[in-house]
Amino acid sequence: MSVAVELRHITKRFPGVIANKDVSIKVETGTVHALVGENGAGKSTVMKILYGMQRPDSGEILVNGANVNFKNPNDAIAAGIGMVHQHFMLADNFTVLENIILGSEPKHGATIDFVAARKKVVEMAAQYGLDIDPDVLVEELGVGQRQRVEILKVLFRGAKILIFDEPTAVLVPQEVDDLFKALEGLRAQGMAVIFISHKLDEVLRVADEVTVVRQGSTVAEVKSKDVTARQLAELMVGSELPKPSTLGHTRREEITLTLRDVSIATATGSRNLISNISFDLHAGEVVGIAGVEGNGQAELVEAIMGLREYTGSIEFHGSSIDELSVAERHDLGIGLIPEDRQRQALMMSSPLWENRILGHQRGKPVMRGFVIDKKATIESTRTIMQEFDVRAPGPDTLAAALSGGNQQKFIVGREMSKVPALLVASHPTRGVDVGAQGAIWDVLRKAREKGMAVVLISADLEELIGMSDRLLVMLRGAITAELDPTKTTPEQLGSAMTGAV
Amino acid sequence: MSNSLTRKLSPSKIGLAVAAPLAAAVFSIIISSLAVIASKKSPMEAFTTMWDYGTEAGSLMEVINTATPYYIAAIAIAVTFRAGLFNIGVEGQLRLGALFSCYIGAMFVLPPVLHVAVVFIIAMTFGGLWAAIAAYLKVKRGVNEVISTIMLNALAGGLSAYLLSKHFALVEEGSNNLQTKELPASAQVPDLMPLLRKFGVEDQPGGGVYGMFFVAVALGLIFWFVVNRTRFGFELRASGLNPIAARVSGVNSKKMTFLALVISGAIAGLAGLPEVLGQTHSYNLGFRAGIGFSAIAVALLGRNSAGGMAFSALLFGFLEVSSRSLELIDIAPETYVIMQGSILLSAVIAYEVVRRFKLTLQSNELAKVVQP
Amino acid sequence: MKAMKILRYATMLVFVLASIRVITGASDLTSTGTASAALLLSVPIVLAALGGLFSERAGVVNIGLEGMMIMGAWAGGYIGSQHGPWFGLMAAMIFGSVGALVHAIATVTFGVDHVVSGVAINIIAAGLVRYLSTLMYKNGSWPGPSQSPGIETIPLNGLPVLSGGQYFGWKSPDLLGSIANLNWFFVSDIASILRGLTGDVSYVTVVAISFVPLAYFILWRTAFGLRLRSAGEAPVAAESLGVNVYAMKYAGVLISGGLAGLGGGFLAIVAASNYQENQVAGRGYIGLAALLFGNYRPGGLLAGAGLFGFADALQLRDSAAIHALLLLIVVILAFVAFRKFKSGKQIGGLLALTAAGFTLWFYFAVDELPGQLVTMTPYIATLLVMALASQRLRMPAADGMPYRRGGLR
Repeated sequence: MSVAVELRHITKRFPGVIANKDVSIKVETGTVHALVGENGAGKSTVMKILYGMQRPDSGEILVNGANVNFKNPNDAIAAGIGMVHQHFMLADNFTVLENIILGSEPKHGATIDFVAARKKVVEMAAQYGLDIDPDVLVEELGVGQRQRVEILKVLFRGAKILIFDEPTAVLVPQEVDDLFKALEGLRAQGMAVIFISHKLDEVLRVADEVTVVRQGSTVAEVKSKDVTARQLAELMVGSELPKPSTLGHTRREEITLTLRDVSIATATGSRNLISNISFDLHAGEVVGIAGVEGNGQAELVEAIMGLREYTGSIEFHGSSIDELSVAERHDLGIGLIPEDRQRQALMMSSPLWENRILGHQRGKPVMRGFVIDKKATIESTRTIMQEFDVRAPGPDTLAAALSGGNQQKFIVGREMSKVPALLVASHPTRGVDVGAQGAIWDVLRKAREKGMAVVLISADLEELIGMSDRLLVMLRGAITAELDPTKTTPEQLGSAMTGAV
Repeated sequence: MSNSLTRKLSPSKIGLAVAAPLAAAVFSIIISSLAVIASKKSPMEAFTTMWDYGTEAGSLMEVINTATPYYIAAIAIAVTFRAGLFNIGVEGQLRLGALFSCYIGAMFVLPPVLHVAVVFIIAMTFGGLWAAIAAYLKVKRGVNEVISTIMLNALAGGLSAYLLSKHFALVEEGSNNLQTKELPASAQVPDLMPLLRKFGVEDQPGGGVYGMFFVAVALGLIFWFVVNRTRFGFELRASGLNPIAARVSGVNSKKMTFLALVISGAIAGLAGLPEVLGQTHSYNLGFRAGIGFSAIAVALLGRNSAGGMAFSALLFGFLEVSSRSLELIDIAPETYVIMQGSILLSAVIAYEVVRRFKLTLQSNELAKVVQP
Repeated sequence: MKAMKILRYATMLVFVLASIRVITGASDLTSTGTASAALLLSVPIVLAALGGLFSERAGVVNIGLEGMMIMGAWAGGYIGSQHGPWFGLMAAMIFGSVGALVHAIATVTFGVDHVVSGVAINIIAAGLVRYLSTLMYKNGSWPGPSQSPGIETIPLNGLPVLSGGQYFGWKSPDLLGSIANLNWFFVSDIASILRGLTGDVSYVTVVAISFVPLAYFILWRTAFGLRLRSAGEAPVAAESLGVNVYAMKYAGVLISGGLAGLGGGFLAIVAASNYQENQVAGRGYIGLAALLFGNYRPGGLLAGAGLFGFADALQLRDSAAIHALLLLIVVILAFVAFRKFKSGKQIGGLLALTAAGFTLWFYFAVDELPGQLVTMTPYIATLLVMALASQRLRMPAADGMPYRRGGLR
């Protein structure tokens, strides 16, 4: 076997982000090589360097034994490297075909040869078992299908070295199986696959070799058959992993939230985005909402918060809140950790102390009457930063300057500061590092003991099972199953999410 | 945590605050010099002539009189800018505000201060109503307010010409100038000359300073306080900075959009009054055009802040007034529009460059904190 | 399919117009002269809207179209009066592109807010041409500080056989013209409109209108077009595939400026015979509105521009026709009311019906609209059309968003 790609002593420095220090990786053809490390360890940076999106400060890259110097992705593509991005890089308003050929369009005189392109895509799709209709708009596709488009994009360019950046993060277990089958196929055809992940069981299932990065440096390179998940985990964090777990029941008699037949129709009224959602949530209870993304979880959150009109009724502490505005619901003691922190929870170009006000601008401690109490706000911001270990110079720091994990800790801290009776938490630990994840789980646990009710929405099945007292599965906008988390494995939950049960 | 880091006023921070205006000034001086050289004259001579003329007491009063409506109109625009909207329709709103306040205000006589207040309310009502059309279209029909307010400007022009000529104007024998009935003395805003004389300022041939100057100053203070220190101001700014997050946080975004545009229109309604109440005392065909457009530049240059806009309004006024002296040395006075334009363009670019630089600087600072 | 639908709507519209013509006697509603003027007045708006199309498809909001048109009109007048109309048009394109270059530098390279930069360019362009005109006037080469000397006209021609015209000395018959003169209800209306659109047309108009299908071809059939659109839909994805997003945005904005400049030049050289101050008069903005109305597609913007051109032509030619047009508004409002009632929206239906009734009353109460109000027609049309069309718009996903290579902020 020959070495397809090799990175030698790569170093990269960034303002505010952990740099790569002396990273070395060697990937052979016809193998799947995993790159593992916790969030923020520098995996993605390494891959961006290999893909020409960023340039290393020092070190060298060899492709098929030859030294290369990528100025941009074009150079990497020309060298046979392709990348399947974690956040899909697709134009929603383009067709599958347009997305695939963009940047390397087959031409027929002055025009794009759509006929030849379509033929090639259909053939490739058949060859690798990546079934897809080339003429639909990408916005109509589900997550698994979008990933297929991403893979086809790479293959269309004739890539022999494929980078998969956290490809399973958005997939349910069954889709993961399909993906792994495709990876097997690629390996059999002599391709080199680089698989980035922090899910160690998956890594051990699919990879031949594993390189571990920690704090920007490679700390180990091992054969996957020689290690256990436990050993890998310790290499990854250098200590023991935190576990999501709520430890015992704290559920109280009183009911905090009641939903009865809550439905939301599409703008045209043609179908329901969520239909007839009903459940009770007690104080001191965590209800986990499981489901593949886009099955109505976001709409459910919007209904509870009053961000969208719905039919049916929602009660909080036994009285209807259907007629209440978003602001009034906030002020009653409903807290929200929205799923997309930068889009929904922060003013990126404003300092933290002003962000502290957002969502709390109707009362103490940030307001005195209708006037902002700047001093108290700054003091309160400082408290949140200390309690939740938000790493930033001070309340004057712009939100945009913070790393994702620190932004999330700040948002959780902001919501918890008002001691909500109900917290709607959408992906509360998405994209944060292991330490912050453990801290956020701790906070939720403690508040739950004090009687806070939580609606927890997450794509992390371990988190759902570990944190919830009760699991509701959403599929196509309806609740299709209720599970006991103590008796549910991630695989069973995954099956329920896809309706396979 | 190192709070001291933020308290420390490092030289780089002071440098940053000055960098953008400085770069913009240098760039625009270069461009303006080129324009002067194009007329085969010495830039130095042009600039000194402008400075000498512009700093005479009479000119300075005119500068203030020119800047006052700019400032009021710029505040109107800034209200929408801060909310993430853009009211280009100030020109039309202030025209209708002035027209209706003159027409209705001349129909009755009230005690002095009260009459002026009523005239203000009329102007604000009509300015606000005109803006409300755009607000309604935006909130109910999703029509982009930039385009609708531009169309409304054209409509305001046609409508005011029609109303003036067919309904509002006095018919005078042998006069081409159409104008509304003169406002009674109780509705006029007195000149500030009596006050200035007490401070030893001598009378100037061009007249004194409009009394509306104080109204502009007061508006600036109110604007600053409301936007920066109140809940409404916070929600307004949040809507501009991140409309989605603002909505999630409980801001009623449609209501905010509507209010911002209508308040903006109401303030704009006042911007036509300094000249009308202070000098002409009636609305006529010669009503000064273009205030609303220059005010956009003033708002952009002043970064929508009360202090910044005051500075840029005075700067624009100064350039306009002092450039008249260029005629004496045979340079086209229109050179001032080149100066205004190049300042505006270089300033908006410089602000953005400095913003990016600042963010990088903060990230660096952060890296020091995060990495032990 | 779609073409058939459009044809059906167009036929319906002509039928309604013809009926109103018969009822009111406002013969200019469907006259050859109106159609011809509508075409002439549409062209600058089409060019501006096409300019907007290229820019916004590349993800750059271009409200600076107005300023670029102003620059184009001035350059068209200056160069056109000195070196002839063709050089004038070329100069107009170049000047428009210079304005666009400034916009591209500000928005693409420096990340300035697109609307801010665009408005700044409009303000600067208006000031710049005023300054330049004054210089020309002072030099003694211009007749006034606000207008250029006259420009030689570009010849007109018509479709052979159908609409008259001259070909190598052969004088073609004018079939459509003859039918139009027969004064048959509906048939003659169609003929006279077609005659207006195809007869006595400037060569520049033909070229400008042909840009519409050309734009479609470039944007949807070539690799360049796909890449340009990708910069407006998903710039980060495009970059990851090696598309030079900055280059695409620059290209889009520069093409935009060239087209807008040409539109301005057209106003000075073809639609008029010299440059005059305020000649553009908001047509850049109307072009943008036409683009929005056309949902960011070439065919749609052509329809939008045609509508505004028609309204503009009517108000210029005949204010009685505008009065008659009130009846058209009544018909449209009644139609809207019908649709609302049918879909169960009683309040909306009642509102539309009330508005229709009010307009009908206004029609009978006023015999003739005063001139100042008639000039407002194209702007009112723009507002009305935007109000009816805005909600189903699909703008490019990343339109107006600042973009920086490597995902930096």
